[in-house]
Amino acid sequence: MIHAGGAAAAKLQAAGGVRTLAFEANAALQLSSGETLSPLSIAFETYGALNAERTNAVLVCHSLTGDQFVAGPNPITGRPAWWPRIVGPGRPIDTNRFFVVCTNVLGGSMGTTGPGSPAADGQPYGLRFPPISIADTVRAQSMLVEALGIQSLFLVIGPGMGGMQALNWASAYPRRVFACATVAAAAAQSAQNIAFAELGRQAIMADPDWRNGSYLQHGVRPNKGANVARTATLIAGLPESDVRAKFDSARAKERFSFALDSAEAPRVPNGGFVDRFDANSFLYLSRAMDAFDLGADFGGRLANAFQGGATRHAVFAFTSDWRYPPEESRAVARALIAGGAETSYVEIQTEAGHDAYLGEEPAFESALTGFIDSAATARGLALHGGAG
Amino acid sequence: MAQLELVHPAPIDLDAPLSARGDHNIIAQMVDDGARVLDIGSGDGALITLLTREGAKARGLEIDPAKVHGCVKRGLSVVQGDADRDLAAFPSASFEYVVFSRSLQRLRDPEAALREAARIGERVIVTIANSGHWSGRFELMFGGRINKARRGREILHPMSVRDFVALARGMRMSVERAVPLSRNKPGAPFAKVLWRANWFAEEAVFLLTP
Repeated sequence: MIHAGGAAAAKLQAAGGVRTLAFEANAALQLSSGETLSPLSIAFETYGALNAERTNAVLVCHSLTGDQFVAGPNPITGRPAWWPRIVGPGRPIDTNRFFVVCTNVLGGSMGTTGPGSPAADGQPYGLRFPPISIADTVRAQSMLVEALGIQSLFLVIGPGMGGMQALNWASAYPRRVFACATVAAAAAQSAQNIAFAELGRQAIMADPDWRNGSYLQHGVRPNKGANVARTATLIAGLPESDVRAKFDSARAKERFSFALDSAEAPRVPNGGFVDRFDANSFLYLSRAMDAFDLGADFGGRLANAFQGGATRHAVFAFTSDWRYPPEESRAVARALIAGGAETSYVEIQTEAGHDAYLGEEPAFESALTGFIDSAATARGLALHGGAG
Repeated sequence: MAQLELVHPAPIDLDAPLSARGDHNIIAQMVDDGARVLDIGSGDGALITLLTREGAKARGLEIDPAKVHGCVKRGLSVVQGDADRDLAAFPSASFEYVVFSRSLQRLRDPEAALREAARIGERVIVTIANSGHWSGRFELMFGGRINKARRGREILHPMSVRDFVALARGMRMSVERAVPLSRNKPGAPFAKVLWRANWFAEEAVFLLTP
């Protein structure tokens, strides 16, 4: 099913439930920082089948704390798929119809080369891992897509950090992306998000078990710091109503001691975050997000990033999202229009905050489905059925 | 293998009835084949659908979220936004036509919007509800009231055919064509010249060249 024809130096491996594409040294990844990364492995999952014309491939980009298991359970952690409402049979991204690829991002901790991977000396990179950018992540993904024999993607889509990747894809490879959907994201990281990320990084680095980033060699993990980091991003993603409700319920019980507060704290679901997510990955990925500013790479004018592209875009924002508020998505939509792109922009009225994209939002699902279906028709893909 | 260059227009529901709006059909005749059209206040997307079916590349700007959802769901390229605020984001000379189909009079500042439209499009098409229609004059004369709501609600800026022509000329836009309508059909009794159209047209479609 998978044709690894594009890159001769690539080889597919499967171990421990994770499929990876390993690139040999001659396919080193050129990083924005000027450094190169080699060897490089990219872990990924696929769902559905590639059609004969290879025109039905969808790349789903995950958010900061996500992974490649977009539509099926993670075999390592046992966690369920993270976007089952959107990707799957009969879902907006219909796996009966599309070939869905989701990679673990560069610098991630689910099989793709990252700070937890062994460096040349056999020890984990730790802080020796080179700084990475969203553009580097996208370049790594494009190596994988090529190796899978896919010349152009039908759709690139992602929420949060995934949306940043999707925009970067459309900007860097306009002829290789037919349609692009950005969900609850932005073209540049806001000061508020940078502040929250910094809080998380400080928490990790303040954890005595962090050991200057080399905790893996010492057989420990900075779990307390990682938990704070996760809580910070979760809180930023919560709708105000939820925060208020949690606070009010604690107050109603009139048991407002610090001991109880910490007992309440795990109610912010962390889903075994510290066990499945490498703390150093958080440092690198959050830094990459902080540095993301697509417009700055194009002379300060975001529209220039999309000039002359033929990609059709849909931008989705959620009204109660205060991590990536609608104003930031609106700026993306305006830039796309100014760049001449065929653009739709939809604001979803919801109380669910940033994470609304994970929950039940019929208006989001139906608008996304309409966008995908019309793009598929424009691309000549059959409305129903599997691999054409 | 499908080429990226061959971007086809959005799929069209062939079973959908032709637009029930008389001005839409006139606008569709004014627009050249294959032209890029920006429909400001695109509503339920009826005009975009009609224009796309006729071969134009039509996109919309609409303020009502429910209507935007409806359009995007049907595969139309519509951006949720406020024409009073968001037109500045559209690049100059990026469309052949910019259309206000019964939407200009609902804006806070029609003149500013027209100016933006003239910058964005090579031509501007406007449908206005005619407050100069005899029925409105009679209502004012005998009832003593201005009927803003006669053709569509939320008209912030009532204007007559002559008012609009004066507005356009004041902005140095020339009226290339003006089509009076009554009862949703082109033509109006006696409406061969401007002053008669001002009496007898219920609405009018103008094709303006900046």
